[in-house]
Amino acid sequence: MSTDLAFSSLAQLSAQLAAGEVSSVQLTQAVIDQTTAVEARVQAFNSINPEDALAQAKASDARRAAGETLGPLDGIPVALKDVIAVKDQPLTASSKMLENFVSPYDATVTEKLKAAGAVLWGRANLDEFAMGSSTENSAFKATRNPYNLECVPGGSSGGSAAALAAGEAIATLGSDTGGSIRQPAALCNVVGLKPTYGLISRYGLAAFASSLDQIGPFTRTVEDAAMMLQVLAGHDRRDSTSFKTDIPNYRAALTEKQGPWKLGIPKEYFGEGLDPEVGAAIEKAIAFYRERGCEITEVSLPHTEYCLSVYYIIATAEASSNLARYDGIRYTHRSAEAKDVVDLYYKSRAEGFGPEVKRRIILGTYVLSSGYYDAYYLRAQKVRTLIRQDFLKAYESVDAILTPTSPTPAFKAGEKAANPLAMYLSDIYTIGVNLAGLPGISIPAGFSSAGLPIGLQLIGQPYREADLLAVAHAYDSAHDWNAQRPNL
Amino acid sequence: MADSPDLDIDRVAQLARIALTPEEKTAYAAQLGEVLKHVEQLKQVDVSNVEPTAHAFAVENVWADDVAEPGLPVEEALRNAPAQRQNMIVVPKVVE
Repeated sequence: MSTDLAFSSLAQLSAQLAAGEVSSVQLTQAVIDQTTAVEARVQAFNSINPEDALAQAKASDARRAAGETLGPLDGIPVALKDVIAVKDQPLTASSKMLENFVSPYDATVTEKLKAAGAVLWGRANLDEFAMGSSTENSAFKATRNPYNLECVPGGSSGGSAAALAAGEAIATLGSDTGGSIRQPAALCNVVGLKPTYGLISRYGLAAFASSLDQIGPFTRTVEDAAMMLQVLAGHDRRDSTSFKTDIPNYRAALTEKQGPWKLGIPKEYFGEGLDPEVGAAIEKAIAFYRERGCEITEVSLPHTEYCLSVYYIIATAEASSNLARYDGIRYTHRSAEAKDVVDLYYKSRAEGFGPEVKRRIILGTYVLSSGYYDAYYLRAQKVRTLIRQDFLKAYESVDAILTPTSPTPAFKAGEKAANPLAMYLSDIYTIGVNLAGLPGISIPAGFSSAGLPIGLQLIGQPYREADLLAVAHAYDSAHDWNAQRPNL
Repeated sequence: MADSPDLDIDRVAQLARIALTPEEKTAYAAQLGEVLKHVEQLKQVDVSNVEPTAHAFAVENVWADDVAEPGLPVEEALRNAPAQRQNMIVVPKVVE
């Protein structure tokens, strides 16, 4: 019973809470018990606070008893990636640089979750400062894939994906700069949504690459993703790139919008490097939509081959600028060895940052440096324009684009750690979406013969999450891949 | 684009204000050389008459009325500073 609760969907638990069939304390305790049972193997969290979570759950139950419920998320345990600020809680970004940092304020998404009554529980591990695709780059621990503990959970939001897959939360938040929500969702058999750039406020998110970063939810079903997005989306004056748009009823749209849709298959996403078992699962998904009457057409995104290059120039350039603030002066870690203030910068940064973060700061600094700016950074921004135009042109003839999320299922821990380029290639199908600012979702779409999850990616049009979620829900509600729990 | 990506790792580390060990310099120079070789492919793209994209959607300056609002209390703002005294962050001597 208790384990079943920890693996139930948000929608189902929300209904059970409303009907008084279960209390938030019971549910939160079930999640805590499951965490106690599996966390030593999964290593999804940097920190947890069971007493604090139970106190929030108790408050939720008291509200409900008094008839003052705060909505469908009231009493639901939600874990946050450890780059999102929660007042008076640690925020480490899985970096030694912020090992002792305590947030002085709430991120906007945190405020919204609190206002919705969610039980904020657990700080999920990540690749340091969200830089990586395996969650091995954390300064504290390497999270493992619940479906095979020898494999990585993906990254950078690997802790958020693994925690949900292992029953250690009912929903989680991640951030996605080049695939950091969708790729780990695919590798861990959960739903991961990266909304359109600007739909969810970035205020209170430790910045990696500001023109690409976007917060989004991990959930068990597309319906759950709609429920989370309803709470998270909306304009925020504290984020100057936040977009002013009407927020529709995402959950209602799942059933109101029935299609059939025109779906585009980009031929560039089905070439060399795609694992045959992943390809076969995606073909089955295409067949499913075809049988439902959807029109499937091939589309071309001709600049796809340049996405990785453009991404690694723009993302590292923005990172080198954003991470300049960690200088040993204001943010917790300060070298004890420094002899003057400039030496303090050098040594604090050398001690505080891990290898991948240093590698990216160095690359980003190089591409922005005098003499190279036009050749690398400016050229990359121009190719970014062409990549974005490819997508917008495709949307003249299709409603959404369907692709694999990741070229392969989860890989073995350590396998790609020594080769940055090989690691970067695992984001090959997800980064174009960030460069173009579009919404994308990964949903469970089967398993490899080795029992590893496979993800299907659907890419939507700007600020049309309601349509994207409806397309995804059509597949998700007709399959039950998420019923296959990890054998932990 | 530069003819061959020549990465002066010492200069870049200096610009980035990161002290690197000799081993790190060797490793990063080699790995970044490979990444730069990969991004050389961008030379093939015709970008004449293409405007650069800094943000996927047009971003405009957001103005706020010049009205004081409550902000972080000083003690909260300084909460994570490694060294502080009298509501100020302590740093090593900057001017002799």
